[in-house]
Amino acid sequence: MDFIITFLNGLSLGGVYALIALGYTMVYGIAKMLNFAHGDIIMVGGYVLFVFVGLTGEPILAIILAAFLCMLIGISMEKAAYKPLRGASPLAVLITAIGVSYFLQSLAQIIFGAAPKFVVIADLGTITLGSLVIPVYSIVTLVVSILIMIGLSLFIKFTKTGRAMIAVSEDKAAAQIMGINVNNIITVTFLIGSFLAAIASVFYLLKAPNISPTFGSKPGIKAFTAAVIGGIGSIPGAMLGGFLLGIVEVFSNSVPQIAPYTDAIEFLILIIILLVRPTGILGKKRREKV
Amino acid sequence: MKKKFKIKHFINYIVVGAATIIFTILNSVGVLGLSEQFLLEKIAISIILAVSLGLVVGFLGELSLGHAGFMCIGAYIGGKVASLLSESMGNGFLTLIIALAVGGLSAAVAGAIIGLPALRLKGDYLAIVTLAFGEIVKTLFLNSSEETFGGPIGLETPRYDRNSLFIIGFVVVLIMLAVIQNLIRSKHGRAITSIRDSEIAARATGINVTKYKLLVFALSAFFAGIAGVLFSYSNYRVQCTKFDYNYSIEILVMVVLGGMGSVNGSIIAASLITFLQIQLASILTGDLAVLQNIFYALVLILIVIYNNAPALKGFREKHNLKSFISKLFKKKKEDPSEVRDDEAKWDRVPTKINMDELLSMDIKVTESTMKPDKGGKE
Repeated sequence: MDFIITFLNGLSLGGVYALIALGYTMVYGIAKMLNFAHGDIIMVGGYVLFVFVGLTGEPILAIILAAFLCMLIGISMEKAAYKPLRGASPLAVLITAIGVSYFLQSLAQIIFGAAPKFVVIADLGTITLGSLVIPVYSIVTLVVSILIMIGLSLFIKFTKTGRAMIAVSEDKAAAQIMGINVNNIITVTFLIGSFLAAIASVFYLLKAPNISPTFGSKPGIKAFTAAVIGGIGSIPGAMLGGFLLGIVEVFSNSVPQIAPYTDAIEFLILIIILLVRPTGILGKKRREKV
Repeated sequence: MKKKFKIKHFINYIVVGAATIIFTILNSVGVLGLSEQFLLEKIAISIILAVSLGLVVGFLGELSLGHAGFMCIGAYIGGKVASLLSESMGNGFLTLIIALAVGGLSAAVAGAIIGLPALRLKGDYLAIVTLAFGEIVKTLFLNSSEETFGGPIGLETPRYDRNSLFIIGFVVVLIMLAVIQNLIRSKHGRAITSIRDSEIAARATGINVTKYKLLVFALSAFFAGIAGVLFSYSNYRVQCTKFDYNYSIEILVMVVLGGMGSVNGSIIAASLITFLQIQLASILTGDLAVLQNIFYALVLILIVIYNNAPALKGFREKHNLKSFISKLFKKKKEDPSEVRDDEAKWDRVPTKINMDELLSMDIKVTESTMKPDKGGKE
């Protein structure tokens, strides 16, 4: 019985990781950059929820506002810091992204202080099925994240914008020749990524209602690991990596002897997978041309 | 061909050496207090870290986000060796030297191990592996038992005479400069920079990329480990929470601010940032201390954009520090044929030939093309 609960918790954590990992992987696929500041968008979402749940007491309104503000910050970050560097060396873009991440964290610390804040969005309680006591948030998280993933896949497959995204990720120059506005597509990608991060922040706060300026860095790094394990740039890869990592984390945490080493185990899995398959499980191998 | 002695190749030894001598004299006179000695120790540690990371980032062209992890290994293993040896040998100079060597070597072994995936991975993937490595090291030391490495409380390390620790730190800086600069200016250094500029081309010219990558990772980790041992001596206690991802980023900021591919830049940036940090730490307390982080972040973003943005290329070539200085001294124009290995122009070396630019280049009708005879065959 414990096994089922643990498995469900693993799936729900995996769903959250998958949502964040999708943001990483889409930005990587389309803008060819690692957006290190993606995790900090989660943190921004968390603080927006903290402020607006405190002010209005209406969780739905707060969630909508959080999604909106996250998207706003996502775009402004892209326009201000990454756009000038389009075409520059990947290392330069990566370092800028680290700078942006540092900036957002420090800003949050100045505004809200380093001490953790307490946010209760909603108390969902538990439901009992026979002898199983299942926390509702993990079901909600799992269902909503799967729905979002299905929606996103449909969006990418069947809409004009979605197909333009695929085209840009395959060949930027050719997409441009076909009349796709690459800059707009990159903006849309950041919008979607930030939206997913905002949703992830809601789920995180449902699970553990504490928020601090470094709130986003751990899930950010974990989801990033998930994206790389699945094969960065690949959307099914991000989902697979997210669920895999979530299940590994929850199971490892459930065994007291190895629980302290959970992080090390996860990163070890990453290193081993990258050594065996350097582009991740579902990543496409690109042949390098001179 | 006789090698010309150029003062600018030795300027950093001279400056660091002079600083060491001046501070030693000041210290023996008794001008330096404990806080100044502590500051000097920290500056020496930062310089070692920044220059050694600069070797990987600026010269090999790979991003390492786990430099603090190597430092952590050095700090713990060196600190442990020191506290074991100080029981039998006393807490003397010899103990310190052995601790430095053991800490550095154990970090170098870890560096070679992390260099192995570097052979298969590149760029962003390698960056995440080094980050993962740093976190693994931190987790392992955090969960160590109290007898071995102290676990979450940290490892207590022997104290060393504050009057001479910073001098040792600066001597280590000088030794490191000698090793790294001689490496960079040798045939091997040019091989390393060629891997940065184009790995495929380097491989095609017969450079053993595997060997050089491992060498650079191990060397860089070795010095990071040494910095770790100095850190453990300077702080009396090693706690692995200090060596997190943010600390690696802090070192990276020093390298980037100083200019990637410039040893002197790293030295200046490391000293300046450490100085500001320690001075500001006493002024700004509590949450205000973050103001300096915001400042770093902004400076980092602006400097990278200024140095790399394709749109600013013309602006950059017109207004830069180097042309400003040369204008100031009214020196003659630089000779482009002169190879300056030490200040390889990171931002101007294109990693790939930009085909778009080549194809869209219009042939402009200029005077020389209009009158082909004028320039003249004889």
